[in-house]
Amino acid sequence: MLKIENLHANVGDKEILKGISLTVNAGEVHAIMGPNGSGKSTLAQVIAGHPGYEVTSGSVIYEGADLLALQPEERAQHGIFLAFQYPVEIPGVTNAYFLRSAYNEIRKARGEEEVDPMDFLDLMEQKIKLVEMDEAMLHRSVNAGFSGGEKKRNEILQMAVLAPKLAILDETDSGLDIDALRIVAHGVNQLKRPDNATIVVTHYQRLLNYIVPDFVHVLAAGRIVKSGGKELALELEAKGYDWITEAA
Amino acid sequence: MSTYADAFAAGPNAAWLPELRKSAFDRFTALGFPTTRNEDWHFTSVTKIAERVFKPVKAGKNTLSTHDVEQLAGGESDWHRLVFVNGKFEKSLSNFAELPAEVTVATLQETLKESPEFVAERLGKLASFDAHPFTALNTAFAQDGVVIHVPRGVVVDAPLQIVHICDEKAAGASVHPRLLVVAEALSQFTIVENYVAVGTPSYFVNAVAEVEVGNGAIVNHYKVQRESTEAFHVGTVQVTQGKDSVYHSFSFATGAALSRTNVYTRMLGEGAEAKLNGLYLMDGTQHADHQTFVEHIAPNCASRELYKGILDGTSHGVFNGKVYVDPQAQKTDGKQTNHALLLSEGSRVDTKPQLEIFADDVKCTHGATVGKLDQVGLFYMKSRGINAESARALLTYAFAAEVLETIELDALRVQLEAHVFEHFVRQSQE
Repeated sequence: MLKIENLHANVGDKEILKGISLTVNAGEVHAIMGPNGSGKSTLAQVIAGHPGYEVTSGSVIYEGADLLALQPEERAQHGIFLAFQYPVEIPGVTNAYFLRSAYNEIRKARGEEEVDPMDFLDLMEQKIKLVEMDEAMLHRSVNAGFSGGEKKRNEILQMAVLAPKLAILDETDSGLDIDALRIVAHGVNQLKRPDNATIVVTHYQRLLNYIVPDFVHVLAAGRIVKSGGKELALELEAKGYDWITEAA
Repeated sequence: MSTYADAFAAGPNAAWLPELRKSAFDRFTALGFPTTRNEDWHFTSVTKIAERVFKPVKAGKNTLSTHDVEQLAGGESDWHRLVFVNGKFEKSLSNFAELPAEVTVATLQETLKESPEFVAERLGKLASFDAHPFTALNTAFAQDGVVIHVPRGVVVDAPLQIVHICDEKAAGASVHPRLLVVAEALSQFTIVENYVAVGTPSYFVNAVAEVEVGNGAIVNHYKVQRESTEAFHVGTVQVTQGKDSVYHSFSFATGAALSRTNVYTRMLGEGAEAKLNGLYLMDGTQHADHQTFVEHIAPNCASRELYKGILDGTSHGVFNGKVYVDPQAQKTDGKQTNHALLLSEGSRVDTKPQLEIFADDVKCTHGATVGKLDQVGLFYMKSRGINAESARALLTYAFAAEVLETIELDALRVQLEAHVFEHFVRQSQE
């Protein structure tokens, strides 16, 4: 589904990603771990198409096509979803309107019929149960005045409604208490299908107790320095990052 | 200037308040039109108004229907309504018979006939023309207007809408509408003023409103300026507020080639609250200037101002917010905020906050931003599959919606939200 080869990316003149290679197949869950500043979030943002990063070399092939040639909205229309580490507040636009616009633009891009507001509301009401959010949140402005936990749940709600093929969760666990973490993880697990894939970017092993990865990759200083199975995450939890980053 | 002297000499109804008119005209002659050397007009040149010779409106029969008025101005069926077409009161288009019996609403001409002393005692008392040439001009030339008197304790539920329409018959002419509002102690009242046009004639509207808000009274005052884009609009609202009174103003402006909107309030009684908000959308070569002046004279008063502007094309916006805090006005709580969003390279905004604080125990803040659309917000929307154009339109709408949300009159808020939404979002989807 996704094949990243020798990816280098900069912010301004500073190189953040220094040759990342990673293959993600349908049905898989990959965890990307690493210390702060290792480039984890940058990798997530580059896949989603954030304009603040410049890819200097390497390639990202998604479903057989060059992902880097696509605009962020085209990537989303092709099934890529990034759950933001810091979801953006948009006062003045309701959650319901925002999501319906996104949903319909994605459908339009795929040559499907747009859904009318009433039918869409039914869909939302069904999906919102997954993240245990109050329906009133649908009619509030996107993330405006939401608590940290509400914002993260709102990201998972968007993911549930847009049903991506490749979901990237960027530190979705940061700032969550254990109950919110469980709800978010439950939502992600419910959305898992044999034909989609998930990349979980996290600093801590805690989330991986709930979302069990097939592969764990450790990122340090812009490179993947170690890959392994889910037991690698436990090892990191016990020993910290230093033994790997120093060895690398 | 001499054209104004001729017009004044030939004034058709100079019979009423001749002394006031004469002194106003003399003052106008002495002041002349303001130039950009005048600090209050630094960013706005009125040369285009000063150089034109605006004639009185040609007499003619009104051809508009109530349906036309509703299309132009909006409003609900239970609103009380007075309609002026090209400055002339149109009785057949107006309907305010359902107002509570204690409330007096009449045209200025009628009030001058029925109770001339009521007008003589008040007109020109709040809106001083000493330093305001356009107010002087209005006082000298006003043909008609509205007088509203809400007695003590009377609460009027449905708003009173005053609609000023100009059509092709106003081309080349000037209109000077006048509004006098006396809201006695503990009364509550909502006014909606609409300035609209049929087609795109070029005319000059120079409006003055005087609003007296009594002790404990609440007045909501909405002004919707959607003049012809070829027109000129200058409007001044001068308010005085008694103890514990509340005055809320909202100015919405999308029209006129050149507009200047002044909202001035003088807080004379302790514990008064003023909220002055506004939104303007400019495009092409339009110019919109908003000036507010909040005078904290009594202690313990609060003022809140939020103005937002969205500018496209080579349009130009100006916001000048003045706050004066008298030495007696301790515990003043003032906050002024002004944000402008520039959608194009050629648009520009000048912001000038002016705080003059003479009391020592006060809280006064001001903040202003001028910027482009938030790139992070745009990326967030695009990352959800929303096209770049729609994302820009939606974020622009959201910028406006934040200030529209402060409109407490639901029907008006919904109308203006729909208007702004159509303007930015529908446009992007075509």
